[in-house]
Amino acid sequence: MSNGSLWEYANPVKFMRLSGRVLPWVAGLAAVLVGGGLFWGFFLTPDDFRQGSTVKIIFLHVPAALVAINAWIMMLVASLVWLIRRHHVAALAAKAAAPVGAVMTVIGLFTGAVWGQPMWGTWWAWDPRLTAFLILFLFYLGYIALWSAIEDADTAADLTAVLCLVGTVFAVLSRYAAFFWSQGLHQGASLSLAPGTRMDWAYKAPLYACMAGFTLLFVALLLAGTRTEIRARRYRALMVRERMYA
Amino acid sequence: MIALLTRDLRLAFRAGGGFGLGLGFFLILAVLVPLGVGPEPRTLGLIAPGILWVGALLACLLSLDRIFALDFEDGSLDLLATAPIPLEGVVAVKALAHWLTTGLPLVLVAPLLGVLLNLAPGAYGWLVLSLLLGTPALSVIGAFGAALTVGLKRGGLLLSLLVLPLYIPTLVYGAEVVIRGAAGLGVTTPLLLLAGITAGSAALLPFAAALALRVNLR
Repeated sequence: MSNGSLWEYANPVKFMRLSGRVLPWVAGLAAVLVGGGLFWGFFLTPDDFRQGSTVKIIFLHVPAALVAINAWIMMLVASLVWLIRRHHVAALAAKAAAPVGAVMTVIGLFTGAVWGQPMWGTWWAWDPRLTAFLILFLFYLGYIALWSAIEDADTAADLTAVLCLVGTVFAVLSRYAAFFWSQGLHQGASLSLAPGTRMDWAYKAPLYACMAGFTLLFVALLLAGTRTEIRARRYRALMVRERMYA
Repeated sequence: MIALLTRDLRLAFRAGGGFGLGLGFFLILAVLVPLGVGPEPRTLGLIAPGILWVGALLACLLSLDRIFALDFEDGSLDLLATAPIPLEGVVAVKALAHWLTTGLPLVLVAPLLGVLLNLAPGAYGWLVLSLLLGTPALSVIGAFGAALTVGLKRGGLLLSLLVLPLYIPTLVYGAEVVIRGAAGLGVTTPLLLLAGITAGSAALLPFAAALALRVNLR
């Protein structure tokens, strides 16, 4: 039954075959882009005339933040796919994405603090963007905790999917609630598709390389994590069968 | 549905129903904060709106796991799920009962604790109004969290980890109303947003909670 639709890869066997072939390439390309982009950004770009060399933390900070937010959006889509079409691969992919997103959120917060100390004179401020990001981290924690607390796999997938949907609404609400205070310390977007962007290509090119690299890194970790989850489930199924016939 | 409401209320008011625990917690919090921060009236007045709102939120949290856990254990939740009224309605009624036994008493006691914390004179009305508008949202969101964790052995701590992030918007707008009221500024915007969150949660979350309950009961 090969109709060329995307839903074919909801079949774990087909997903395993395709992801097994794609994974080394994605991982390799991610390693090249992240390694190259970071090296380029850290050592081959000039210092900013006001920020000095601290500006270079942007090559970690922005890609990590990008992945942190988009990982949640990917979890939202996967949760919807699970709730509507009951494809197990989607549920397992959402489960595998959560720890990656949480770690990226921590990297974003940590690099932001390291940058903020010399620039703003403080490690942390209750700035709306910072607050919203910290709240996102709390949502990741709750999601991961709920996955690990429930033993039955399908129940866990259902409940975490519902939590992801409701959590998304409240995360967005919290973001606007935090922006309710003030615009805050954090600068607006430095990158934008609109004309008259404020960043020189000397920084933009390595930054784009890092962003692409981090995105591919996320995809690679996601594929590897999902494959691990599928294997773990097969292993459990085999163990149960062994015990039945033993 | 009214029978269910009166049943839940009666259970809560009976001895061992846990009624008043939240109130006691709220009182203790309002006593502990000045002991920790120091009795300087100006400082206390500044932080009073936030403390009262955080206190109300935590007091609400304490009794959340009772919404479904007892009924889940003795099997009456299964009966309710197969009863002719929709499960969404059951959730809404149980959230209402929780609000009547936890949220409403907190609203009534909050002005007294405001005196302890040297709340600005102009803010009392706004404190009561914001809590009155905001605490129903706390009960409904809490009912959703309780529905998610009802099947778990040690769901209590997980419940707070899940529910507290969901309380953030309510807390921000609720406390903002009181802060602005204390400073004599216009409070319309946060008040409307707070009311919007309550209305939206009350309208939509019973469906999510009922979905979670069905998953937990299958």
